[in-house]
Amino acid sequence: MQALSILESGAFDLTVRRLCLELIEDRGHLGDTALIGLQPRGVLFARRLRRELQQITGDKTITYGELDITFHRDDFRQRPVTAIPGTTALDFSLDGWRVGLIDDVLYTGRTIRAGLDALLAFGRPRSVELMVLIDRRFSRELPIQPDYCGRSVDSIDGQHVTVEWKESDGQDRVLLNQVQR
Amino acid sequence: MSDVLGTTHLLGIDALSPADIELIFRTADGFKEVLSRPIRKVPSLRDVTIANLFFENSTRTRISFELAEKRLSADVVNFSSGNSSTKKGETLVDTVNNILSMKVDMVVMRHPDPGAAVFLSRHVKARIINAGDGTHEHPTQALLDAYSIREKLGRVKGVKVAIVGDILHSRVALSNVLCLHKLGAEVMLCGPSTLMPKYAEHLGVRVSNNMDQALQWCDVANVLRIQLERQGGDGIGFFPSLREYAMLFGLDGDRYRRLGKEIVIMHPGPINRGVEITSEIADGASSIILDQVENGVAVRMAVLFLLAGGLERGTANK
Repeated sequence: MQALSILESGAFDLTVRRLCLELIEDRGHLGDTALIGLQPRGVLFARRLRRELQQITGDKTITYGELDITFHRDDFRQRPVTAIPGTTALDFSLDGWRVGLIDDVLYTGRTIRAGLDALLAFGRPRSVELMVLIDRRFSRELPIQPDYCGRSVDSIDGQHVTVEWKESDGQDRVLLNQVQR
Repeated sequence: MSDVLGTTHLLGIDALSPADIELIFRTADGFKEVLSRPIRKVPSLRDVTIANLFFENSTRTRISFELAEKRLSADVVNFSSGNSSTKKGETLVDTVNNILSMKVDMVVMRHPDPGAAVFLSRHVKARIINAGDGTHEHPTQALLDAYSIREKLGRVKGVKVAIVGDILHSRVALSNVLCLHKLGAEVMLCGPSTLMPKYAEHLGVRVSNNMDQALQWCDVANVLRIQLERQGGDGIGFFPSLREYAMLFGLDGDRYRRLGKEIVIMHPGPINRGVEITSEIADGASSIILDQVENGVAVRMAVLFLLAGGLERGTANK
């Protein structure tokens, strides 16, 4: 089955920009905010957000980190293949920071659960808020909801949502695929 | 690149493919980062129980494994033969099966007999990790040595490694030769003829009795410990005296400076200072001995993590 495009270039840019503006509106300034992207695909979103925020605020010093959650997953022994860890680039303590935890797609909530767990190994943030580009509603397995959300999508189990980025995939778009069973 | 280990136990380097070793190294990179965090612990193995069975003395390896296990949140039981029922005549399989009946998923074992780990893997239902079996293999040491070379020089392929000293009694030497060959390094074994095993030439390595030539040839010198406990008393069995050994095969400042080049110095420990290596060299700028120890925890975490990956929850013992 052909993939259905649910967000493309123009609207995609607007959505990312809106999320940045919402963040600035809520917080006033970003001096105590740390953006943390989750490996592997959340970091692509986080890097884009950082770039946009730098353009909007003119502030080049946005605190930023990347977090890998492989060792914190709750399903690593139930997967057919062993998960290979990505890179964690987080060289500061999170004590006292207001963390924006960033991932591209929120689905069951298990990745975010593992992300929160991994995050706490780096200190005690003052607060953690969740920002996702796509929220797949009605498919949560844990009580986790986004604080900032680009777009909500109603999808069923057999479907898969993929976010593609200009930097790594050639163009910005969100696709809804039917997974072959 | 493979993303699953081609083996269910780690009994020796022999059974690993180059892709397996590369997978272990990539996973260890992740754990090195974990070990630099303020909280150096991840929950990956929190429902796994591991028994560390040490039928032979060990400080470094036992602590390294135990730390690796605890940093993965596994439950750990320790056993050393000094105060156990093996002294009362219990067989190895009985001892281990008794421990396993208390629901243990993995066994890390050091044993004085070559092949003990292989034997155990055929008779008990648990993942076995060989932490040294007699003079046979010590796979995690070889992995951490190769990992340390990779970290220091950026590669292993094409690197010339001289393994120096008591080759005959060394499980580290055999595992290192196998591991380095799989990764494309060149290996030379150097030591007195009496401490060179008869099979050395069949390993596909260079063999030398001249320490200076070996050092001149190599990029990395892995200096092994003279195993005083395996020399038949006070070392009389294999060479005339420790003093003579130190003169001919000891690595000291003068010998190092005569080389006129930088080489990386490694030692698997424990060091007999002043015999195979002097403090000046062991504590000097070229030495990565303490990096080896540090990397040992990350590499062992990777091995445990990857082997446990194939372990279905709660089924190891059924």
